[in-house]
Amino acid sequence: MRNSRRLGPLAVHALLISYTIIALFPILLIIFNSFKSRKAIFKSPLSLPDANTFDLVGFEKVLGSSSFDVYFLNSISVTVMSLAFVLVLGAMAAWALAEYDFPGSDFVALFLAIGIMIPIRLGSVSLLKIIVSLGLINTLTALVLVYTAQGLPLAIFILREFIAQIPDDLKEAARCDGVTEYRIFWSIILPLIRPALATVAVFTMIPVWNDLWFPLILAPGEDTATVTLGIQQFIGQYVTDWNAVLASLTLAIVPILILYLVFSRQLIRGLTSGAVK
Amino acid sequence: MASQSNKGSPFKTHLFVFLLPAVLIYSAFMILPLIDTLRLSFYSIETDGATSFAGWANYITIFTDERWSTDFVNALKNNFLFFLIHMLVQNPIGIFLAALLSLPRLKLKNTYRTLIFMPTMLSVVIIGFIWQLILSPIWGVGDTLVGFVGMNDGLPPLLGEESTTLLTLSLVSVWQFVGIPMMLIYAALLNVPDDLVDAAIVDGANQWTAFWRIKLPLILPTVAMVSVLTFVANFNAFDLIYAVKGALAGPNFSSDIMGTLFYRTFFGFQLQPGNPSMGATVASLMFLVILCGVMIYLYAIQRRLRRYQL
Repeated sequence: MRNSRRLGPLAVHALLISYTIIALFPILLIIFNSFKSRKAIFKSPLSLPDANTFDLVGFEKVLGSSSFDVYFLNSISVTVMSLAFVLVLGAMAAWALAEYDFPGSDFVALFLAIGIMIPIRLGSVSLLKIIVSLGLINTLTALVLVYTAQGLPLAIFILREFIAQIPDDLKEAARCDGVTEYRIFWSIILPLIRPALATVAVFTMIPVWNDLWFPLILAPGEDTATVTLGIQQFIGQYVTDWNAVLASLTLAIVPILILYLVFSRQLIRGLTSGAVK
Repeated sequence: MASQSNKGSPFKTHLFVFLLPAVLIYSAFMILPLIDTLRLSFYSIETDGATSFAGWANYITIFTDERWSTDFVNALKNNFLFFLIHMLVQNPIGIFLAALLSLPRLKLKNTYRTLIFMPTMLSVVIIGFIWQLILSPIWGVGDTLVGFVGMNDGLPPLLGEESTTLLTLSLVSVWQFVGIPMMLIYAALLNVPDDLVDAAIVDGANQWTAFWRIKLPLILPTVAMVSVLTFVANFNAFDLIYAVKGALAGPNFSSDIMGTLFYRTFFGFQLQPGNPSMGATVASLMFLVILCGVMIYLYAIQRRLRRYQL
């Protein structure tokens, strides 16, 4: 009787497998069909590509008629640069807030925390004005600056908690030996917070890579378009060419999926360690 | 005193070196634009580009000028509906999946977690296009799929009709982001001490009642946090609607939310030119809505949920 309402392990697996299929099927459907000929895409969309239906015409079209390589390079540059700034500047500020007592430190911490909840997008009208007046419109620099500002609040918040947990002995021993504060930060603190830096890196990277809003507003030019914006414009243009549309989606999906599978453990550990609270 | 002098000279140069770069970039590109946007909402911009103080005029226009108020009320209403669907579908499914994953001795839980989280990683634009293709009557793959479950009439044009577009797009967004509540709730469930659940099981409870009576009340603070994160994200949404329905959020503005209204107001569309000060006004109102949500959350956490916290 006691177990009558308990789900058997088989039922649990059945539920989880069904949801996993719901989560993955649409993505896999797009990827498989991008390798098929136009006729096969429409005639048998649910079958895997085989020797008869295999066709790379979509990829040829995409790589030939759009600057996908440029988009990728732009996205990578913007993401890597923003990431570097967020990690280095964020760790520096987090260290200052966690380590030194100074008048107004609570105020600075609160001031920096505002950005965790309030989306930077809401300031777009003025942000565009500022970027134009700095002469940075249609440059990747504009995106890097905005994404750095966007990523810093959460980075500082997470890293500060980590740094606060580092035992004082290490730092005090170094200080007794006359090591400068800069050396303590670079040689002692940074290596110790590497796991937290990895978590912050993943949280910073995903929204930057996927963003449409700021590329659309601050850098819509063909030379500065990121993958997300490039795809959006390419598909708008080739909306009836199914091979090209499916291929361009696949080109945008696959690198992220590979990166995700490589780093998923890091990401999930970050999410489940209560780093975002 | 001794420990004070350990932390450097009275004027701590290093303090500024560490803190200043982050504070400067954050202030210049986040706080300043936000404040300046709030300020701009009280100004009007003439055709020659000059600005003049306008008081509450922009706000009065949005709420009383019929052309503006219809759009604004429509977008706000749609946005609340968008949020409501996330709260009613995304978060319960997320909690349910997290509860399943946190069952003791479940095999393959890491695999499930990783795979179910996958759509969350992709760009909203990509997700929008994927579903647009699947639901497209031209491809017909959606019709084939619903045929398997006995719906032989095929799919109606879900993204083409006023009555279904917003609902469909909300569910697409739910499908993409269900991984976030799942992960956060799962993490909270791991922190519930096993003794509590074991004690209840010994006393004759099953996993199901143990979840409802013991675990769920204990993780309410996380549920509240997930709700406020959902709220902020939903009222800041734009990419999905823009990618699938464009800035006009059709058909007939039926999928218009605050983000798309903000974009249209700011940049203009078709024959209507963009209007930065009205754009700033819409952004300020979005700011106000989000602020209200965050305040309610902080208030609720402070007043009620704290006592459950472990």
